[in-house]
Amino acid sequence: MQALIDEHRVILEAFWLTIRLTLASGFMALVLGTILAAMRVSPLPVLRAIGTAYVNIVRNTPLTLVIVFCGLGLGLVLDVSFSTSLSTNYLWLSIIGLSAYTAAFVCEAIRAGINTVPVGQAEAARAIGLTFMQNLRLIVLPQALRSVVAPLGNILIALTKNTTIAAAIGVGEASLTMKTLFEAHGDAVVPIFFGFAVAFLVLTLPTGLLFTWLSKRLAVIR
Amino acid sequence: MTSTTLTAEPKPARERPRSAERVSVLYDVPGPKARLRNTVLTVLVVLVALFAVYAMVSKLDEKNQLDAALWTPFLRGDVWVNLILPGLLNTLSAALVAAVIAVPFGFVFGIARLSEHSWIRVPAGAVVEVFRAIPLLMMIFAVMYGGSAVFGLTVTPFTAVVTGLVLYNGSVLAEIVRSGIQSVPRGQSEAALAIGLRKGQVMRMILLPQAVTAMMPAIVAQLVVLLKDTALGFIVSFEDLLNAGARVLPSNFNNIIPAVMVIAVVYIIINLIVGALATWLERRSRRSRRTAARPVAPADSVAAPGAPGGVAAPGMPGGVATGDD
Repeated sequence: MQALIDEHRVILEAFWLTIRLTLASGFMALVLGTILAAMRVSPLPVLRAIGTAYVNIVRNTPLTLVIVFCGLGLGLVLDVSFSTSLSTNYLWLSIIGLSAYTAAFVCEAIRAGINTVPVGQAEAARAIGLTFMQNLRLIVLPQALRSVVAPLGNILIALTKNTTIAAAIGVGEASLTMKTLFEAHGDAVVPIFFGFAVAFLVLTLPTGLLFTWLSKRLAVIR
Repeated sequence: MTSTTLTAEPKPARERPRSAERVSVLYDVPGPKARLRNTVLTVLVVLVALFAVYAMVSKLDEKNQLDAALWTPFLRGDVWVNLILPGLLNTLSAALVAAVIAVPFGFVFGIARLSEHSWIRVPAGAVVEVFRAIPLLMMIFAVMYGGSAVFGLTVTPFTAVVTGLVLYNGSVLAEIVRSGIQSVPRGQSEAALAIGLRKGQVMRMILLPQAVTAMMPAIVAQLVVLLKDTALGFIVSFEDLLNAGARVLPSNFNNIIPAVMVIAVVYIIINLIVGALATWLERRSRRSRRTAARPVAPADSVAAPGAPGGVAAPGMPGGVATGDD
């Protein structure tokens, strides 16, 4: 217990990094996932094929592999650089991996949401002469996104847990910090683990509650 | 889903979409103008895609990643037999051992959560909820360090990975089992109780046989997640397939990018095979008459917010995966 109190600054910093990783990757995954979903329902077979291929490849690849590829492949070999600071660079590389992975799941959630929009909405939009992009942007996506708030919340919770995998390329988020503390305080493994587990619950439970509330509030009443 | 209109005159046959063309409610059947525009856009997209591929390839070339020496090891049998296959074997055996323990774990805790006795129901529920909420990697770390610090055991990476996988996936499977049993119509167990079966008999003879059919696809889908999650072992130096691609091969041939790409293809092929099994089982259980229950949505997922007959996206799965690793 004493170890938790002594190291509370380190622990809070690690969780602050976890939160930043989650928010940055979540935002980028939402943007990329929406674009992918639009591609997958577009009139152009090429775009549909690219979107489908992306989703099927990424969903069947382990996230650890994606992150290792970003860190070692992109970072070390190809010299993709976002910052002169090495740790900031790995942070950005792991954000790229996390958002590229999560985008595939966001895409599938939004596509499921598009499925919940009644046919009449899209037909009416076409009847008044809207193009595909106008139809999607003004009529279908706004309704689709409202209906997938709860699934997107679950994806965000999964992403929060998945940020721990950034430890594979040495990003000092919660799980790597926990491991470091295990090594430093071999006699306090159990309290440290409970501390980190509770802290994770503190992150994910309110997210779940918030998104459940949001999904009820934003639901389209039909 | 077709774009038939309500106007009196049926469309002339030549304006109907050719069967190869997909019909969507999101856009009109392309006329001559739209077809021209689509062709132009298709060419543009292809050009942009080709340019992206070119940019990637030239970047790889610039860093000498296309040298034959980096790729030819994958054409050698001994590289596969000595370096890659042992890793694949470790991945598969960890996944198999974890699956064999996690499935009974899931059944026990799933059924326990439905118990009438609160002293069984509440602890089982707590275990399931807690292990689902904690990141798998943290559990693996906890088993590795906790095992030696608390019990004085030497925990191998294999044990740590399998234990973590069992606790996490077992808890997810428990939720699948619970919703599978709950998806059997109430009349089934009421009828069974009415003819004098005991609670255990109702579960064993009436509910479980029907529930298993309904949740089989979801269980297999979860096993794909389990297989993917074995890659976490890489972080604790478990010598799995990812370890072969990201540590063993690069240390021999200095070819991290080719190695990780080839290993990714191996993972994708294995997962597609298991995923195809899940799809096949789902189709089978959907038309099965052995169960009164509806198929359970894959459970690392959210129940599809499905209103049937919506703006069609064909081939939608029963649920939406969340990418929970």
